[in-house]
Amino acid sequence: MPVSVLAEADLRLDAGPIDYALLVIYFVVVLGIGVMARRSVSSSLDFLLSGRSLPAWVTGLAFISANLGALELMGMTANGAQYGMATVHYYWIGAIPAMVFLGLVMMPFYYGSKVRSVPEFMLRRFGKPAHLVNAISFAVAQILIAGINLFALAVIIDALLGWPLPVSIVVAALVVLAYTTLGGLSAAIYNEVLQFFVIVAALAPLTIVGLIKVGGWQGIVEKVTDQEQLSAWPATELTGIDNPVWSVIGLVFGLGFVLSFGYWTTNFAEVQRAMSAKSMSAAKRTPIIGAYPKALIPAIIIIPGIIAAVIVPEMAQLKAGDTSSGVAYNNVLPLLMRDLLPNGILGIAITGLLASFMAGVAANVSSFNTVFTYDLWQDYIKKDRPDEYYLRVGRLATVGACVLAIGTAFIAAALGGSNIMDYIQALFSFFNAPLFATFIVGMFWKRMTPTAGWVGLLAGTFTAMFIYAISEPSFGLKWLELPGQGASFLGAGLAFVVDVVVSVGVSLVTRPKPDSELVGLVYSLTPKKDRSHSTTGEDAGWYRSPALLGGGVLALTTVLYFIFG
Amino acid sequence: MRLFDLRLIIAFLFGLYGVVLVVIGLGFTTDDDLKKAEGVNINLWAGVAMVVLAAAFAAWATLRPQFADTDKEPLKEL
Repeated sequence: MPVSVLAEADLRLDAGPIDYALLVIYFVVVLGIGVMARRSVSSSLDFLLSGRSLPAWVTGLAFISANLGALELMGMTANGAQYGMATVHYYWIGAIPAMVFLGLVMMPFYYGSKVRSVPEFMLRRFGKPAHLVNAISFAVAQILIAGINLFALAVIIDALLGWPLPVSIVVAALVVLAYTTLGGLSAAIYNEVLQFFVIVAALAPLTIVGLIKVGGWQGIVEKVTDQEQLSAWPATELTGIDNPVWSVIGLVFGLGFVLSFGYWTTNFAEVQRAMSAKSMSAAKRTPIIGAYPKALIPAIIIIPGIIAAVIVPEMAQLKAGDTSSGVAYNNVLPLLMRDLLPNGILGIAITGLLASFMAGVAANVSSFNTVFTYDLWQDYIKKDRPDEYYLRVGRLATVGACVLAIGTAFIAAALGGSNIMDYIQALFSFFNAPLFATFIVGMFWKRMTPTAGWVGLLAGTFTAMFIYAISEPSFGLKWLELPGQGASFLGAGLAFVVDVVVSVGVSLVTRPKPDSELVGLVYSLTPKKDRSHSTTGEDAGWYRSPALLGGGVLALTTVLYFIFG
Repeated sequence: MRLFDLRLIIAFLFGLYGVVLVVIGLGFTTDDDLKKAEGVNINLWAGVAMVVLAAAFAAWATLRPQFADTDKEPLKEL
């Protein structure tokens, strides 16, 4: 994301005292939640996994909120402006099926086995080598991504409000540090839910005023110059694949299957929200409840992007190929806020942007400290200590994570930003598709061996890296030329296939774990009652059936595709 | 582990935001503000929507208290 361009364009908002007051109120509430949540933390499980006590609507909203960081917000409004309706694929095909799959198929094993993290599942299913690969890569990724989030936040604040970079980086990190050290995951999750509503409160008025200005949906249809951008298929611009048939295949398998299943089902920052739910039923419902707002939210993320490309003069110039104004597609939200929102609601919009950045950082930090405490410190460094010891380690890990993230943010700033961010994001996307392949084969094939676990993972990861290296234009090799997202679809798809093939091959010549060690971890060895949820008490009622809710959101998404696709 | 009710926090924050925005919308909206938002008093309407949201959460929290049926034990802290 070329954030460095921001500084050159005039994005300064006319924020008044009332806007700052609304922002300050939000910070006070956020910190207050941390202080109040502290009272309910008495063990490491309380701190790192909310004591597995949260209701499904809370974990469900936190589930999508953890992903609704500012990089997502700025990136998807930008895609809306650049590619139009095709951006909906990132939501409808690139998230919903994977979220339903996580809830119905994978949560029974994650939640039922009582593991405390995704890497811990890896440990019990495949043993130490695969566990270490997963735990270390995840921990490092979270720190770096938290740093990138902080840096991106500081760049935006500088452009919008004129605060110096170091001030924003440190202040934002300290706020996140304060509430996550005090209240742990509960504070992070509560704030994510709050943040969800603030983001909606920021984007909905923006969308409504934008729609009025452009003359409603009819106005958009008339004013968008490239009519192809009003339909989602075949998305040749987005994929960079000219042939429409291959473009659709690339979307469905690359984005819809490998990339999205890899991200949503194995990324602990997401899965952790579901693991903190209070029952198996609530855990299964978590990603599915999150899928409903995820299916609808493009209305206030992508539509503003499309509108901005029509009504913001600089954006319309950019779209016509004139880059002289210095704006980038990522500036869609700040430009719309500048042009459409008066003081008052402007303060809410600024608060929503900041909230979204901070929640992203908090999700990184709160999942890092769990993996660090349970998967690295407890498993490899200091075993068998009393629980208070690990609670303290968890708190210290939070402090350490914030300090390291601040360091990363300053390094990113010193190196000039935007390219570094792209590389780091690409780097960690290499792990997702192979992880998903390893998990899915391991969950359904008891013969898969511990050796196959880590060999398959490495083979898949190197495949993804190889495709990236030969296709990324700035590396100069250019053996493979796929503009747009085509290269990442292909890399993820091949990584998945290679991982499966290598895992099967290695499994056939190495020794599997005895069946007794795989109970609860593999489908055929887990009794049905251990995979089922209760349907009494707070899990009773047809409207709390995970399968029904999952079917409902898939049907909703299909209908949305028919109307807007 | 017993955590405070998040619904009340949501009701509090949006109640406060809503009232502030309604006051701005009714009392302190200039012609420039209106022009910027295409003639819509967006502060007023967004404020009203937030008050409604706050009321809905407050009602939900009142009608279905968090620990009503499952927890019969008294609070540890008390």
